[in-house]
Amino acid sequence: MEFSFALVWEILPQLLLATIVTVEATMVGFVLSLVFGAVLVTLMRTPSRPVRALARFVMEFFRATPLLAQLYFLFFVLPSAGIVLSPFVTGVIALGLHYGAYAAEAYRAGLESVPKGQWEAALSLNYTKLRTYLSVVLPQALPPVVPALGNIAIAMVKDTAILSAITVTELMFVANEIGSERFQYTEPVTAAAVIYLVLSLVATALIHLIDKRFRPEEAPA
Amino acid sequence: MTPIIKFEGVTKRFGQTVVLNNFDFIVAQGEKVVLIGPSGSGKSTLLRVLMTLERIDSGMVMVDGEALWFVRKGVDVEPVTESHLRHMRAKVGMVFQQFNLFPHMTALQNVASGPRYVMKKSKAEAEALAESLLRKVGLGDKLASYPARLSGGQQQRVAIARALALEPKVMLFDEVTSALDPELVGEVLDVMRALSSERALTMLIVTHQMGVARALADRVCFFEKGMMVEEGPPEQVIDDPVNPRTQSFLRAVKLT
Ligand SMILES: Nc1ncnc2c1ncn2[C@@H]1O[C@H](COP(=O)(O)OP(=O)(O)O)[C@@H](O)[C@H]1O
Ligand SMILES: [Mg+2]
Repeated sequence: MEFSFALVWEILPQLLLATIVTVEATMVGFVLSLVFGAVLVTLMRTPSRPVRALARFVMEFFRATPLLAQLYFLFFVLPSAGIVLSPFVTGVIALGLHYGAYAAEAYRAGLESVPKGQWEAALSLNYTKLRTYLSVVLPQALPPVVPALGNIAIAMVKDTAILSAITVTELMFVANEIGSERFQYTEPVTAAAVIYLVLSLVATALIHLIDKRFRPEEAPA
Repeated sequence: MTPIIKFEGVTKRFGQTVVLNNFDFIVAQGEKVVLIGPSGSGKSTLLRVLMTLERIDSGMVMVDGEALWFVRKGVDVEPVTESHLRHMRAKVGMVFQQFNLFPHMTALQNVASGPRYVMKKSKAEAEALAESLLRKVGLGDKLASYPARLSGGQQQRVAIARALALEPKVMLFDEVTSALDPELVGEVLDVMRALSSERALTMLIVTHQMGVARALADRVCFFEKGMMVEEGPPEQVIDDPVNPRTQSFLRAVKLT
């Protein structure tokens, strides 16, 4: 069997349209995961012991169960609770929750990397808690977290394919559809793989840029 | 003399370790007190209690006429509120052995941050104040330098300026020259000596360098196991101690 570049060319517009959905799902899912992770890590640092325990459980839960299971749960269980969301919205929420747990873990490591002396200096200068976080702790805690968050973004590019399971018309879903219509899977699936590769490389390059920006070269002495 | 610091029957434990045991201590306003004593005797804890970095278990600590940790309510005592702690913290500044400068801020930003964020001065006003303080500690040419670009002695002088920027009545120095190479001790000591000529400023200085003690102290207190064993003017406590434990401690530090 011959690999048909003509076919690839023919289906490319459809695939690129689906790629837009993939990119959208990645971006929205990523932003949600950053926010959800921040909420989780904040709850894990509250004075209330039960709240901390709950947040820790939620984090472990989302990391220990498959994304697909979480996706199905949201997709099939939420409607029966009267909450009806589009597949896309359901999908990005699942991505946000699942990867938010990983983001929380990354934030936690970043926060713990800030030496105790920094907190004590801020307190001795009579900074408020909020001011301490904004001006002292986060500027030191976040830069080392950028690579870990970048890995989350890259993993999410690929994992958007799972959203095809709930009929989100992203890249994998469309490639599969074309395959089943034409009884020819090789070209659409190969083309989709190449597009994922390009997306991942672009994401990696972006992360690299951001990481460099966050680690400014020290001024020459 | 008006006392600015008063410890009355203060007890502080870490688990089973009793660090301060029914401890009494009075410092007069403007007094420069140097605390010496073996490692683990509770000197840092004493300063950290005053900086509100450590809570006490019982007793009274008064700073500038106000209760620090507990207030008397009739016959009972109650822990103070967070806003009262903030009010009390404004009276005290602290300089640490490891400097604890903010690494992502320039020298100027380190010093200006307190006036700006805490005293709510304008950016221009805070930076002008920071600049004049940095000049005062001899770092007028390092305003834009990040801590990583400064020597230990320079970093410690920035830290002193940073604490002074909030105009505390009491300055606490916890082994501020101990992490420095010997040739850098002098420049920090010079700044502290200049500061000690400010009559109104109360200074509490923990050190194991007797040169520092001699240069700064009105009174030297020898501390052991959370107790004041001996105190007096430096020429008495350092050169002619009465208590045998002070004598053996001093013999040991003078050998190093
Ligand atoms: N955070 C802490 N937790 C437990 N023990 C502590 C803590 N801080 C100090 N200690 C103990 O309290 C005692 C006094 O310590 P410290 O005040 O640092 O002494 P010094 O400054 O005189 O060397 C020591 O035995 C030390 O181990
Ligand atoms: Mg100490």
